Amino acid sequence: MGLLVNEPNAVKAIKADVKNFNFYYGQKQAVKDVNFSVYQNKVTALIGPSGCGKSTLLRSLNRIHDLYKGFKTEGEVILHPEQINILDKSIDPTFVRMRVGMVFQKPNPFPKSIYENVVYGLKIRGLKKRALLEQKCEESLKAAGLWDEVKDRLDQLATGLSGGQQQRLCIARALAVEPDLLLLDEPTSALDPISTSVIEDLVIELKNKVTILIVTHNLQQAARCSDFTAFMYLGELIEFGETNKLFTKPQNVKTENYITGRFG
Amino acid sequence: MRKSPMKKDKNRNNIMAKDPILAKHNKTEKLIKSKNIKDQLFYLFGFLILVAASFILFALISDLFIRGASRLNFDFLTHFPSRKPEAAGILSAWVGSLAVMLVTSSVSLVLGVMTGIYLEEYAPKNIFTFLIELAIVNMAGIPSITFGLMALGIFVYQFNFGQSILTAGLTLGLLVLPIIIVTTREALKSIPNHLREAAYSLGASKYQIVRDHLLPYSSGGILTGMILALSRAVGETAPLITIGALTFIAFLPTPPIQSTPPFVSFEWLWDGFTVLPIQMFNWVSRPQEEFHINAAATGAILLMLTLILNAGAIWLRYKFRKRYHW
Ligand SMILES: Nc1ncnc2c1ncn2[C@@H]1O[C@H](COP(=O)(O)OP(=O)(O)OP(=O)(O)O)[C@@H](O)[C@H]1O
Ligand SMILES: [Mg+2]
Repeated sequence: MGLLVNEPNAVKAIKADVKNFNFYYGQKQAVKDVNFSVYQNKVTALIGPSGCGKSTLLRSLNRIHDLYKGFKTEGEVILHPEQINILDKSIDPTFVRMRVGMVFQKPNPFPKSIYENVVYGLKIRGLKKRALLEQKCEESLKAAGLWDEVKDRLDQLATGLSGGQQQRLCIARALAVEPDLLLLDEPTSALDPISTSVIEDLVIELKNKVTILIVTHNLQQAARCSDFTAFMYLGELIEFGETNKLFTKPQNVKTENYITGRFG
Repeated sequence: MRKSPMKKDKNRNNIMAKDPILAKHNKTEKLIKSKNIKDQLFYLFGFLILVAASFILFALISDLFIRGASRLNFDFLTHFPSRKPEAAGILSAWVGSLAVMLVTSSVSLVLGVMTGIYLEEYAPKNIFTFLIELAIVNMAGIPSITFGLMALGIFVYQFNFGQSILTAGLTLGLLVLPIIIVTTREALKSIPNHLREAAYSLGASKYQIVRDHLLPYSSGGILTGMILALSRAVGETAPLITIGALTFIAFLPTPPIQSTPPFVSFEWLWDGFTVLPIQMFNWVSRPQEEFHINAAATGAILLMLTLILNAGAIWLRYKFRKRYHW
């Protein structure tokens, strides 16, 4: 089955281009020949049934797989405007991660203070001035919608926050370093409905500042916050296009089955 | 015994046998009950062992304390050994033990933590790494007197360090190195990967992750291992006798702080020494009964030191668990 693309109407700036991307865990191929573009200052949602390779694809974009052994990638992911191939082994993974931030499915704050969590990325980029760090900390926490809840206890352990607060803290931490591209891997899967809607609003608001690629199991969430949607199935990209078109007039029968809840 | 919910109630059993759902329920209850009995047996067994172990420990300690009671006073701590048992004290021994432990902990902490971090975080999985790991495992099993022989050959004769605090500290440092390496690795292993991923995803380098995350998060485990290692090293006698530590020392090492510039002195590293267990050994081997009292008192103090160190390890572990949980 070929790839069907709802061509976007207007030409838009592209942040990243995924080209002929293949991914193997040992012998097992987890992602098969995926092609799509991530548009600048837009939210792109990655949907598909469990185990279809969404996390694998997302984690490739900031080279987190490099921490582990026994994987292989093929193809290219070009990051614009630098035009560098993220997957290229000769590119320093920290160079990539400095530009591409990530928020994981499970909140993973450091067992340090809330303040230390938010400014850690800035500190390793060489920022030392306390006043500037404090200002950035406040800005990021405000952007993540957490400031009012934690402003009086920035020196307390981040692990003492609730799950939803921890996840927003992780978003603030990723935002503080102003990444070009922000990867969100099911950021709301462990959260209650209220925290979820806070984060969804946040995603919509944030796209003025940063390009977002979000993995989600929640189709309403994809429909609500994203501009583009990619549907993956068994490692293949089945359909990619503008969200409203993909959800109202899916071109592929698999996509239609999935979004109407007939499988997955 | 707790009251069983399954009283011998014929009527109830009859009803249960007829109704399939109730019968199933009945089965489950029986299963739980049999598990409870096993649990209780296991609990009883463990409790008995604990009581036995505590009793032996208590008997040992109280025996030492009762025998040494007449010598357990402040003067005993502030006097040098002497030919007259009533006048003899353990000043040079406890200062010597302290000085040796200082060298031991510095050496084993630096080497052990660095080795642990290398093996856990940096080392590639190959035959070379495997051989290092094998060597460390074997090192933990080597009899301590063998370390003494090695130290005699290398530190005393080859490097000419003499029968000094430095030689003793290095010897015991190597002796407890495997403990530090293993506890460091265990502490690093217990740090979940998602914390490493979080730091990497922000652009941190490997060195920054070790410095800012792995070391602080594992410091509780490492310190605990360090204290346990010290509580082993402080009682070691054989390797120190092998390197030729003296048994009768009536002087203190050179003070580390001097009144003239440069104020700090490392001269003490080269001084002769004795330690608590050697002092104890020396007194036990005398024929006079009075010296045996001194030995018992020294033993009591050594035991207390070990217990305090162990209690410190437990306290540290508790404190760090509370801070670093994920
Ligand atoms: N470390 C690994 N080693 C081997 N196979 C893996 C590994 N991680 C994932 N896989 C396999 O790769 C495939 C894709 O996994 P991935 O985690 O990307 O799925 P996903 O789409 O994110 O699923 P979910 O929605 O459940 O998170 C799965 O079949 C999975 O079993
Ligand atoms: Mg996933």
